[in-house]
Amino acid sequence: MFTLEARATQSAYASWLSPLLALALTAITGAMIFLAMGKAPGVALYIYFVEPLTSWSGLSEVAVKAGPLILIGMGLSLGFRAGVWNIGAEGQFIAGALLGSAPAVYFFESTNPLILPCMMLLGILGGMAWAAMPALLKTRFNANEILVSLMLVYVAELLLVHLVQGPWRNPQGWGFPGTRMFPDAALLPTFFPGYRVHLGTLIAVLIPFVAWFVLTRTRFGFQVRVFGSAPLAARHAGIGSTQMVWATLLVGGGLAGLAGVLEAASTIGQLMPKISPGYGFTAIIVAFLGRLHPVGVLLAGATIAVTYIGGESAQISAGLPKAVTGLFQGIILFYLLAFDLLTRYRLTRVSARGNAA
Amino acid sequence: MTELLIASIMTMMTAATPLVFAATGELVAERSGVLNLGVEGMMLTGAVFGFAAVTLTGEPLIGLAAAIVMGALASMIFGVLTLSLLSNQVATGLALTIFGTGLSALVGLDYVGKTIEQIRAIHLPILTDLPIVGRLLFGHDPLVYVSIALLGATHWFLKHTRWGMILRAVGDSDQSAHAIGYPVIAIRYAAVAFGGAMAGLGGAYLSLVYTPLWAENMTAGRGWIALALVVFASWRPSRVLLGAVLFGGITILQLNAQAAGLGIPASFMSMLPYIATIVVLVLISRDSTRIRLNAPACLGKPFRAER
Amino acid sequence: MNDKPLLQLTGISKAFPGCIANDDIDLEIAPGEIHALLGENGAGKSTLVKIIYGVLRPDQGRLCWRGEEVAIDNPASARSLGIGMVFQHFSLFESMTTLENVALALPQQDLDQLRERLETTARDYGLTLHPDRYVYDLSMGERQRIEIVRCLLQNPSLLILDEPTSVLTPQETEILFATLRKLAGEGRSILYISHKLEEVRSLCDRATILRGGKRVDDCSPAEETAQSLAEKMIGRRVESVKGHTAPAASEVRLKVTGLSVRSDEPHGTNISDVGFSVHAGEILGIAGIAGNGQTELMNALSGETGRPQAGRIEILASDASRMGPMARRQLGAVFVPEERIGQAAVSDLSLVQNSFLTSAFRMGFVSHGLINWPGVGQYTDEILDKFDVKATGIDALASSLSGGNLQKFIMGREILQSPQLLVVSQPTWGVDAGAAAAIHEKIQQLISAGAGALVISQDLDEIFALSDRIAVISQGALSPPRPTGEVTAEEVGLLMGASRTTSETASHVHA
Repeated sequence: MFTLEARATQSAYASWLSPLLALALTAITGAMIFLAMGKAPGVALYIYFVEPLTSWSGLSEVAVKAGPLILIGMGLSLGFRAGVWNIGAEGQFIAGALLGSAPAVYFFESTNPLILPCMMLLGILGGMAWAAMPALLKTRFNANEILVSLMLVYVAELLLVHLVQGPWRNPQGWGFPGTRMFPDAALLPTFFPGYRVHLGTLIAVLIPFVAWFVLTRTRFGFQVRVFGSAPLAARHAGIGSTQMVWATLLVGGGLAGLAGVLEAASTIGQLMPKISPGYGFTAIIVAFLGRLHPVGVLLAGATIAVTYIGGESAQISAGLPKAVTGLFQGIILFYLLAFDLLTRYRLTRVSARGNAA
Repeated sequence: MTELLIASIMTMMTAATPLVFAATGELVAERSGVLNLGVEGMMLTGAVFGFAAVTLTGEPLIGLAAAIVMGALASMIFGVLTLSLLSNQVATGLALTIFGTGLSALVGLDYVGKTIEQIRAIHLPILTDLPIVGRLLFGHDPLVYVSIALLGATHWFLKHTRWGMILRAVGDSDQSAHAIGYPVIAIRYAAVAFGGAMAGLGGAYLSLVYTPLWAENMTAGRGWIALALVVFASWRPSRVLLGAVLFGGITILQLNAQAAGLGIPASFMSMLPYIATIVVLVLISRDSTRIRLNAPACLGKPFRAER
Repeated sequence: MNDKPLLQLTGISKAFPGCIANDDIDLEIAPGEIHALLGENGAGKSTLVKIIYGVLRPDQGRLCWRGEEVAIDNPASARSLGIGMVFQHFSLFESMTTLENVALALPQQDLDQLRERLETTARDYGLTLHPDRYVYDLSMGERQRIEIVRCLLQNPSLLILDEPTSVLTPQETEILFATLRKLAGEGRSILYISHKLEEVRSLCDRATILRGGKRVDDCSPAEETAQSLAEKMIGRRVESVKGHTAPAASEVRLKVTGLSVRSDEPHGTNISDVGFSVHAGEILGIAGIAGNGQTELMNALSGETGRPQAGRIEILASDASRMGPMARRQLGAVFVPEERIGQAAVSDLSLVQNSFLTSAFRMGFVSHGLINWPGVGQYTDEILDKFDVKATGIDALASSLSGGNLQKFIMGREILQSPQLLVVSQPTWGVDAGAAAAIHEKIQQLISAGAGALVISQDLDEIFALSDRIAVISQGALSPPRPTGEVTAEEVGLLMGASRTTSETASHVHA
């Protein structure tokens, strides 16, 4: 007979084990799904998980895809640690892209080098503004931030569609919905010719280290950790819940907004009715897969990016639909949550005469 | 003019029906203490499997049955993770939504663009032909009546039956219920399964009646609106209908305003339901005492037997 | 005359990983007997009683009911034998009515009939109950009555009560005792767990005393003194309470005037117009049953609940009414709330991290937003050393500490900040005697060094032992503080139970 016993210390070893186990089991489940779909499981798994890493162009694409996931995931992990559930990062991503792209849309022939930093700043502000709404409504009116931020995702998507098909539409676009292509000055520089790795990717890789420093060495980081574990203790230590909610939502929104404008100013190069394959939601998985830890988020972002790129090539080479990637992501999260148990409880053997009822 | 009014009210009811199904199910789950944010995913699961079943067999009843079963099964993934493996309910609910969205997109690939015969409105001799009242009271499709009946049955169950009382007790204090000897986990499993079945049914209503087709993400956030409705209703079935009908009303506003050519861009009108949800949430949540008195005390907390 | 014992335990043993809770215990309860089970915290009383009620199964030993050996596998079979239990922590549903709460504890039946039985039974035993009132509206005494009536409706032959009077006023206690005596008169037996010696002496026919998992004695409490009973429980001579002299008039460390605070709990107690002051070198004790506004007062003093509705709080002569907790700490005050895990300390964090929680500014561990962790580590070492905290190291999680050790750690964290004012609520509740004595000593040392202290406690013994002046908080109002030497425990008890139950006590007070 087994029973669960609460652990006295957070098992660090189990912290690493559960994401790895989750990935392994997802691969196995994936193999079974592929079999059911009549595809060779080994080949399909290879294409999804391994192939992207085997070439420079693959790695470059993975890095590019990982960028927004890491940025958004970083912001979300901070909020989740504090018990603030920002589910609307997708909306903040779009809002950041919208506000951040405004200079590029209006000054479409500009060659001013300042336009890019300006766009990045506006992107951060746009994301923060979108996150400020759930923050305000939660702190003033006690409205659940999950539902508010989520509703705002739909609003942001509709706003994007409206702008891109209406006032911001490219007059020379031959009927295709979208803004003009951004001028070169408004595009992020790439590093290696022929590969799409850009400045945004570099920023995304550096942010986790900043975050790690903040979490472990600053008072703010400490406050976030306490607030999430024990809100009453946080209050006792003088950490106001209002300031925590605002801070984590604004940081999360700002990072998501930055990711949005970086995406628009790089791989897309314009604004279109749809600019995100669900980064804001996938980043939730990235945050959990990375166990809310900065370095973990970095690795998790890369891992999920691999499945995105793998999914794209699987579509072409193995005829597997894009929807499978979304399914995988849900499955990873399920397994992760299942194994999360191991970090908090320990399986112990109990003698035959145990407790009743 | 009357014709427009009648048509509007009829549309209001059909727009409200999926919300009534989903909110009723989630309400029961939440009264037992479980917060299941996966409603959107479960609705999509029900929608796609219901549609697929009808396309394959031509029988609406089989479609509905498939939706109920698949919705309940999807909720069981959530159930196992949160009730037996004690995972965080918020994260697991989100995972269910992401999974359900992905699964339904995958399964639905073969069914995009297909059409089926819509479940038609009922027609009772004499009664439906009464002027005005006839269609309003007796002219809806059968599922509208089923949703209201289920809502009523849920109200009666919670208030007037012993097991309804036990379920409420479990949501109030799971430790106390366990101490007395009630099977807390089993009751919560049942409540979650009911929630899943109802969400599946709500989704199927969308794909089989409301707009008989399948499209990826066709619930467009209704699952989340249903969650907000449960809060709006202060966890009491009697208010769910009111809230759902109000949303139906907003949908009407949207459609009619576009038709009336008011010059408001379509995108902005489409934002109405979502903005309305936010407003409703704010209004209800302001009264924090009321929330505390009505919300099940154990909502969202995992249960582990103490004694 | 049937003199077979109702319940007989022979050689009961039960072990858990790391401790032997019950070691070869014998126990005998006669019909119609009120039998006390005495012992300190951790002596094994709860475990033994859970075995009798079927929540736990013994590793060894026999249980005999009315002379026949039985195996009690779960609470349901205990109940079918005729054993009822009222736990210390009630199993009630706050958002439901009294009637529903009783119905849930009994098998399926008609609610109208149950309502009648409920009212009749309550009346018969002198317990007032209103079937349609919601539990969240009821006092602790009223809630306990629901638990008791729940048991009575199942016609128990043995009723077990675990620390029943810890939540009652002295007057409510008298009502309970009258009910218990009536039950015993009907031939039912009572197993009464308590550590309140005077009560046991006045109520119980016999007592079994546990210490360290073993049965060390049984006796007739009436023939013993509280002192002798305490000695049997602890196993050594009990030292008399240290006296202390009231200081000469000195600096005011804390001054509260006209404080009114609205509780943020839906069923909490509002504080109205509370005023008092604490001087350097003195301890002001506030006695009161839990739930009379202590938490609200504590949180208002520490600044955790924001601005009060009215009134002024002055800490070391500065107006602190609008200050947050950290600012108040900067003034020189420290606060120890009654909730340890969850408020005073965070279970998932290490001791080092927990030290930082409140000492951040006062001990200068933060500069430019960055934390000096090595410095905090040294401070934590000092706490573990000077307060004799048993832990695996400064990186041990707070959750790994026992109750007594955790409280020693928390008190150490605060006292080593050399405060001028210590505000503490329930300093030794649930803490073993050794740790409690150590904590009391440290508080006394702090006072001798010139600080002032406010001690809020439910434990009258502690209040009388520590305080120079005593006030009583009841229903959110504070009685005027009086020097300890001039009040008696009885007066304090009356003040503790003032107003709510006076109408009931009118019929139950006896000379």
